[in-house]
Amino acid sequence: METQSLEKIVREHPFFEGMREEHIAVLTGCAKNVRFEVGEFLLKEGEDARVLYLLRAGKVGIEAHVPGKGAMQVGRVGEGDVLGWSWLVQPYRWHFDARAVEVTRALELDGTCLREKFEKDHELGYEVLKRFVAVIAQRLEWTHMQVLDVYRNG
Amino acid sequence: MAAPTPFVPKQQVIIQPAHFGAIIDSLREDGFQVIGPTLRDGAIVYDEIEGEKDLPIGWTDVQEAGKYRLVPRGDKAWFGYNVGPQSWKRFLHSPLQRLWAAKRNGQDMEITPEHASSSKRAFVGVRSCDLHAIGVLDRVLLDGSVTDPHYAARRKNLFIIAVNCAQAGGTCFCASMNTGPKVTAAVDLRVTEFPSDTDHHFVVEAGSEAGAQMIESIPRSPADKVHHRAIDDLMEQVAGQMGRTMDTTGVKDLLYANREHPRWQQTAERCLGCANCTMVCPTCFCTTVEDVTDLTGTEAQRTRRWDSCFTMPFSYIVGGSVRPGISARYRHWLTHKLGSWWDQFGSSGCVGCGRCITWCPVGIDLTEEVRAIRETSAVSPPKAV
Amino acid sequence: MILETAKEGARLMRDPMVPECLRISRVVRETHDTFTLELDVGERSGGFSFTPGQFNMLYLFGAGEVPISISGDPGEPGRLIHTIRAAGTVTRAMASIQGGGQLGVRGPYGQGWPMEEAKGHDVLLMAGGIGLAPLRPAIYHILRHRDWFGRVVVLYGTRTPADVLFSRELEKWRGRLDVSLHATVDRGGREWRGHVGVVTSLLPLVKFEPADTVAMLCGPEIMMRFGARDLVARGIPQESMFLSMERNMKCAIGFCGHCQYGPSFVCKDGPVYRMDQVTPLLNVREI
Repeated sequence: METQSLEKIVREHPFFEGMREEHIAVLTGCAKNVRFEVGEFLLKEGEDARVLYLLRAGKVGIEAHVPGKGAMQVGRVGEGDVLGWSWLVQPYRWHFDARAVEVTRALELDGTCLREKFEKDHELGYEVLKRFVAVIAQRLEWTHMQVLDVYRNG
Repeated sequence: MAAPTPFVPKQQVIIQPAHFGAIIDSLREDGFQVIGPTLRDGAIVYDEIEGEKDLPIGWTDVQEAGKYRLVPRGDKAWFGYNVGPQSWKRFLHSPLQRLWAAKRNGQDMEITPEHASSSKRAFVGVRSCDLHAIGVLDRVLLDGSVTDPHYAARRKNLFIIAVNCAQAGGTCFCASMNTGPKVTAAVDLRVTEFPSDTDHHFVVEAGSEAGAQMIESIPRSPADKVHHRAIDDLMEQVAGQMGRTMDTTGVKDLLYANREHPRWQQTAERCLGCANCTMVCPTCFCTTVEDVTDLTGTEAQRTRRWDSCFTMPFSYIVGGSVRPGISARYRHWLTHKLGSWWDQFGSSGCVGCGRCITWCPVGIDLTEEVRAIRETSAVSPPKAV
Repeated sequence: MILETAKEGARLMRDPMVPECLRISRVVRETHDTFTLELDVGERSGGFSFTPGQFNMLYLFGAGEVPISISGDPGEPGRLIHTIRAAGTVTRAMASIQGGGQLGVRGPYGQGWPMEEAKGHDVLLMAGGIGLAPLRPAIYHILRHRDWFGRVVVLYGTRTPADVLFSRELEKWRGRLDVSLHATVDRGGREWRGHVGVVTSLLPLVKFEPADTVAMLCGPEIMMRFGARDLVARGIPQESMFLSMERNMKCAIGFCGHCQYGPSFVCKDGPVYRMDQVTPLLNVREI
């Protein structure tokens, strides 16, 4: 019963939209439901990157700690978004902090579990990576625009 | 070209050189400030003249890209030159115009507009290209939804003596722009000079009541068909002598389609961005304003002065200039002059006077630029019909 | 005299370059570099009428004149309001103004936002930085006639939370059930609860009917360029998209030539343009 509903949640998350059923089943095997209270960290810079979050509700700030300024938010993700890809990239450590701005519910997928599955089933790995590349490309584009600092005065 | 009011001769006469100067004298007696061609600083410029003695009689100008020289003609022609560095623009759209003065009185300020002066003035020796240029300025400064009061005032009480060019200069291309050489727009007097050792004479045609009245008082003889034929023959001959030509077929679309043409960059490598072309152009109308205060900070005034799209500050917005590159500035100028002017004012902004070619220190020639872009256009060039 | 027909005449009534002196009745510091000036138009019959998106030329004694969009409510012509960012010589001098003095005013000038065309449709407003000021009259107008419009979406991006303009008003509008308002910053402290990221990253968060939406964009040219591209991708036709352009301006009446943008003059043909009219120009550099 529990697995049934988890599989439904995985299938219905926008990030996995249109995935084949057998892939959904494999991904569900690596997934669990999690919840974060306001202010709770989802990721912390420098720590081992072990998970991938598919956000279902709430808002999460992507932060960097700037000495003298404290935590600076440089990005924001929320419902329907995906958070965290450092588990895919060696040495598997988080590069930024992520902290719940609102009560946040998410699917947590075990990165090690996923990597193992991807190694065994390249088709699954490719399918998920394609989706990641689209997300990364979009975030990179937004970041480029932020770097332009277009509202700067003068 | 939006059609100007056509010239319709009311009276046509022959005036001998011995009597022609009386027209200038008569205008001055009538209270006109007479502005005409005169020699200064090695060029033929327009300035106030007191009589025929000030005219560049016997001189002509030799013009090429980046080159202007005065040489004696060997005859006594009064109007035997083409156009100098100045145009009539400076007398209608002043290079420096005070707009208003402001006074501060405690928390308040009071602004007093500058009175728009409208004294009587006569222009002597206006060529067809320059007449068209005045028409272009009229469309910019008079015919829009807002009128420039200073231009309007100067444009009033203007007596125009136009001259049919009896020769074309090395950088002339009015025939390509349909702006000459024959004066076809309404003027008070239209003059065609026939210099000769034995039979030097002027055919003078009145185009207005004021013009007709003017020649009433001058010794004259009637002009006949022979004279009219002579004018037509001369005009045909001059039209064939143009030092430059420009194919204007679809030139607006040509330039719009070639905003990214490599030619702009190539030309920019030569262009100094000196703004000469815009200063000598008879239709370039751009201005900037300057606000100044006195030392006590109680009186301020605003002046308007000619500006040029070739300067960096021209396009400055917070953060920097919109057109920092010379190629963009040259593209802007040429595309405006020959292209977007049509969208804005219903005519070309170029009248083919050739001044920008002559006075460019590096000899950039807009006819050559258009030709180069047409020959290597990004889209197939519009064909002449 | 000859050459001129009936060209000049009735239109010579008032010198278009001479400002009218109006008293500054109120100064509001908005952010560290922006401020709002209210001018007393009580002595003018009918106050100061304008349409959202129009601008005035403001003259500060001895300092100079600058184009500033009107940021007040078009439904309240008795109050003439401008919100200004201290960015250049003149606006920096204006920033130190105390109430009571006078400013020279010429205007209103330019083509404003398409409030009539927007009637009966969803409206999406995208503003960046000081670009919210020229859009505020449109927001006032829409809220005053709320039932004339479908969904109303306001997306607003700034550099940091400290740069957010009209924050109290934004809070008020955000509280309305009939307005979907999102503010975002390029970077913000931990206390910032709005969005973080460029203004276009707000688009996935809002609902509107693209085929039935009129979009109005105001901000840095590059923001509008990217914003328009993303709105096109969302399905808003170019004919339903409007943006406000900025160019150097000296006269505001089409005489000085400075504000040319392609074949048009921003002062009289703009500042608000329909997207399809400027599409060929938006990707041309240095035009």
